[in-house]
Amino acid sequence: MTHAIPSPQAGAAARAAKRLLPWSLPIVLIIVWQLAAQSGWLSSRVLPAPLDVVKAFWTLTASGELFRHVAVSARRALAGFAIGGALGLLLGLATGSWRRAELLLDTTVQMIRNIPPLALIPLVILWFGIDETAKLFLVALGVFFPVYINTFHGIRSVDAGLIEMGRSYGLRGWSLYRDIILPGALPSILVGVRFSLGFMWVILIVAETISAQEGIGYMTMNAREFLMTDVVLVGILLYALLGKLADQLARGLERRWLSWHPNYSSR
Amino acid sequence: MYFSPEESSQVSEAAARSSNGAALKLRGLEKSFGARRVLRDIDLDIRPGQFVAIVGRSGCGKSTLLRLLASLDEASGGSMQIDGQRGDIRMMFQDSRLLPWKHVIDNVTLGLAPAHRRHAQEVLDRVGLGDRARDWPSRLSGGQRQRIALARALVHSPRLLLLDEPLGALDALTRIEMQQLIESLWLEQGFTAILVTHDVQEAVALADRVLLIEDGAIALDLDIRLARPRERASTGFSACEARILSRVLSSPARDDEAAVPEPVFSNFTRISWAI
Repeated sequence: MTHAIPSPQAGAAARAAKRLLPWSLPIVLIIVWQLAAQSGWLSSRVLPAPLDVVKAFWTLTASGELFRHVAVSARRALAGFAIGGALGLLLGLATGSWRRAELLLDTTVQMIRNIPPLALIPLVILWFGIDETAKLFLVALGVFFPVYINTFHGIRSVDAGLIEMGRSYGLRGWSLYRDIILPGALPSILVGVRFSLGFMWVILIVAETISAQEGIGYMTMNAREFLMTDVVLVGILLYALLGKLADQLARGLERRWLSWHPNYSSR
Repeated sequence: MYFSPEESSQVSEAAARSSNGAALKLRGLEKSFGARRVLRDIDLDIRPGQFVAIVGRSGCGKSTLLRLLASLDEASGGSMQIDGQRGDIRMMFQDSRLLPWKHVIDNVTLGLAPAHRRHAQEVLDRVGLGDRARDWPSRLSGGQRQRIALARALVHSPRLLLLDEPLGALDALTRIEMQQLIESLWLEQGFTAILVTHDVQEAVALADRVLLIEDGAIALDLDIRLARPRERASTGFSACEARILSRVLSSPARDDEAAVPEPVFSNFTRISWAI
């Protein structure tokens, strides 16, 4: 069997093609969309032309408005994620490691898990009013469960043979946890983190549309009132971009912390 | 390649044995899982530095015995005496049980202070994988992983090394290579070794003494007095192997007479096997 050895140029071209391929469909869609809007076939009340969206994006950026909204939203998202994620991690570690903690907490957590966080909005408004705390609470609640469940599952699915080996090599308590249980649970924990990063934005969008004076959600709701479809689209695209950014971050963590894992190694 | 043919004199070898190896004394050792008795009435004395192989059909209790010795399971009855401390016993498993998230060198130093890294590197060199210290275990072959597992056990300088079918999953050539490596390290370091295997040839190639366990009891206790390194093609070797095999096959899986020691056996050990 013989293989043609690709020339360096052909190799580079193949690599470039591989990079561009995932973007080809969105690009074609945008071109079709622009043509449809220009020909008047698509009303700007339904969808503004992509170029108008870019213009709106530019105006918002130039005025500094966009940056302010994004900063506010990102701060809410990350603060909520930090609180909910940390609680989910701690409780997941506890219930995963101690049978007693599982008996005490797991049933309750599983019950609360089945309530959609967004169904709590009326109650949350009664509790916290309509200011920052309510939004943080909703995001934290939404983020908590994916992290909790995957941490719990991760700890429970650590290879018992490895734990036995660690014990027979003298690892006890914290060293057993640090060297075997935590790294063994890490792939699952990161799946939870990745999932909850996506969910974080979903919750935040809704929370910001209820009542807010700034943030991407506020910007889009406000634009809707004035029928500024181009700004609405800017807001929607921002969510998509930020969501992608968060996912990229989670994947970066996976590549960094799971480089030992054949499925994640970049080499 | 891993086998050093130089033969030290019998006397100094025996002296090294007694100081580096642990002695074992088992009396009436028993283990039951629920109503099922897996091991019954095991009496066994093992000299320091002896290489003992335990063979038997699968499910006969040989691995259970090893797990009792390693304190991975608790005995249901009887007594077990191993001179030395807990840390003197190391176990090598059939699946290498390397931590996939630690580099090879960190697997070897598992449970040791960082100061032992240099020694760990030496042991890695000794098993022929010194250049793989910074690799992930997932990038190694099955045989290489078992060599790392062996290094991980030996870096503690154990006085008793327990081997639970460590070569069971390897291909024939790698097995022989590993057997030679284990034998040469055993000759060098003088620890007591107990090898559980279902491969009679492996048992005869490595062990001073082969135990056959049937239905949870020792059915045959045979000294192998072949000079080392052992020639698998020699008549003495084949005779030993054939004898153990025929004894294993002579009894069907469930057989109560297995508990009774073989009468022929006492004569048999007097025959010295010269190559």
